[in-house]
Amino acid sequence: MAEPAIIVKNLTKRYDSVLAVDAINFVVEPGSITALLGGNGAGKTTTIAMLLGLLLPTSGSISVLGIDMIRDRYKVLPRMNFSSPYVEMPKRLTVAENLKVYAALYGISHIKRRICEIAEAMDIVSLLNRRLGNLSAGQKTRVALAKALINQPDILLLDEPTASLDPDTADWVRQYFVRYHETKGATLLIASHNMEEVERLCSDVIMMKKGKVVDCGAPSQLIKRYGRGNMEEVFLDIVRGDTGE
Amino acid sequence: MEFRISSNRYELIFSPTRVGAMALRYFYLLRGSWPRYLELAYWPTVQMILWGFITEFLATNSSYVGQAFGVLLSAVLLWDVMFRGQLGVSISFFEEMWSRNLGHLFVSPLRPYEMILALTAMSLVRTIIGIVPASILAIVFFDYSVYGLGISLVAFFVNLLVMGWAVGLIVAGMVLRFGLGAESLAWVAIFALAPISGIYYPISVLPSWLQVVAQALPSSYVFEGMRSIIRDGVVLTEHMVIAGMLNVIYLLIGAIIFLAFFRSARIKGLLLGVGE
Repeated sequence: MAEPAIIVKNLTKRYDSVLAVDAINFVVEPGSITALLGGNGAGKTTTIAMLLGLLLPTSGSISVLGIDMIRDRYKVLPRMNFSSPYVEMPKRLTVAENLKVYAALYGISHIKRRICEIAEAMDIVSLLNRRLGNLSAGQKTRVALAKALINQPDILLLDEPTASLDPDTADWVRQYFVRYHETKGATLLIASHNMEEVERLCSDVIMMKKGKVVDCGAPSQLIKRYGRGNMEEVFLDIVRGDTGE
Repeated sequence: MEFRISSNRYELIFSPTRVGAMALRYFYLLRGSWPRYLELAYWPTVQMILWGFITEFLATNSSYVGQAFGVLLSAVLLWDVMFRGQLGVSISFFEEMWSRNLGHLFVSPLRPYEMILALTAMSLVRTIIGIVPASILAIVFFDYSVYGLGISLVAFFVNLLVMGWAVGLIVAGMVLRFGLGAESLAWVAIFALAPISGIYYPISVLPSWLQVVAQALPSSYVFEGMRSIIRDGVVLTEHMVIAGMLNVIYLLIGAIIFLAFFRSARIKGLLLGVGE
């Protein structure tokens, strides 16, 4: 059996008196699309930030593609990437300039060719010479995804990837994730509040509440376990119930 | 088609390509905005013109200035090297905070010390853009060329620039740690050093205890050296050596403080959250 893409053991993050993430454990299988779910303040973004090395854990360990993320993150960061509506790119640079900078940061060898390829895939060719700040929310999301995929990552972490998108753009984005996952065999970890999206995309779900992992499994398993009709109802059961408190 | 480079190159602990990528990012920002070019050259030029006319006036009323016409003009231009050097580091770093881009940068393989190198490279470019037009206008308006300082000018420039970098790195680190509310440090930090740098007067006019503090600043040696050349035609080589050695220490301290604040930001979760 292949080694897990991500192994998290006893991961804890404490900010002074606030325990944001409380000794969580989980495994993300390679080539899976896994959802990290939970209400506001559940610890999803904190967990993702620790997985990316942006945030130092208080204790615990993270292994990504077999590499100790806390000690050797630079060995694995080139094989990862990330997108979040809460982290932006320079608005005064054009789309092409932004992509060129990130391609160079990731050590891409044929930068022009790669930008053309990703621009075509993301349908942003006509936007390449426009300043990022002048684009619509949907266009900015496609550019952010182009940046997230510039290095063809083996592991892609997405924080609410379709937040604030209209249904058409959101659907396009989801379809692209599926295509990328299928063609590249990449592992995707998605933090989302959209349960329909989770049911459609994800093979595994990790449920967080108040900094703890309170349940995990395939969406169909969770729906069955909680005796509900869909993930929305399961989510509400967990968030409103006393699990993990 | 595979665009990724080999895993060995991924693991380089230092990559000129990544430093270049960041320098390119700041160059794009500069290139895309003519008001930024204007702003860079504006203050050094205004200062030079203002002090040029003051110098012309004083030349007829003060034997000190009369003996060495270029003292004040050179001082103004060289002081701006240090100020622009510091701003070049701080402001370029603030650009990342203003654009909420730090999260993206530091999930890439970019090392913090590569970021420091890119910031200093960009500071050099910004300082040259700011100072060169003012120095040329000094020739046009006042028939005074700071380039008359000869090869020593290079030593003055480098020493002041590096000291500006050290202060800029400390300011950038503090703003990263304490948020953009501390942004005004970028404008005030270096001016705190002005009175004890002996820019317009010898440090011997300072109280004796303050002279000790001034002697710990590379800038005081530069301005003493500058006056010595203009007034007496004597190059104080040992002053430049002391300034250089002090700068190595200051730059190391600046980099260590920046990296410490960067680590602190990683502990506090500030890299994702900072912004306007």
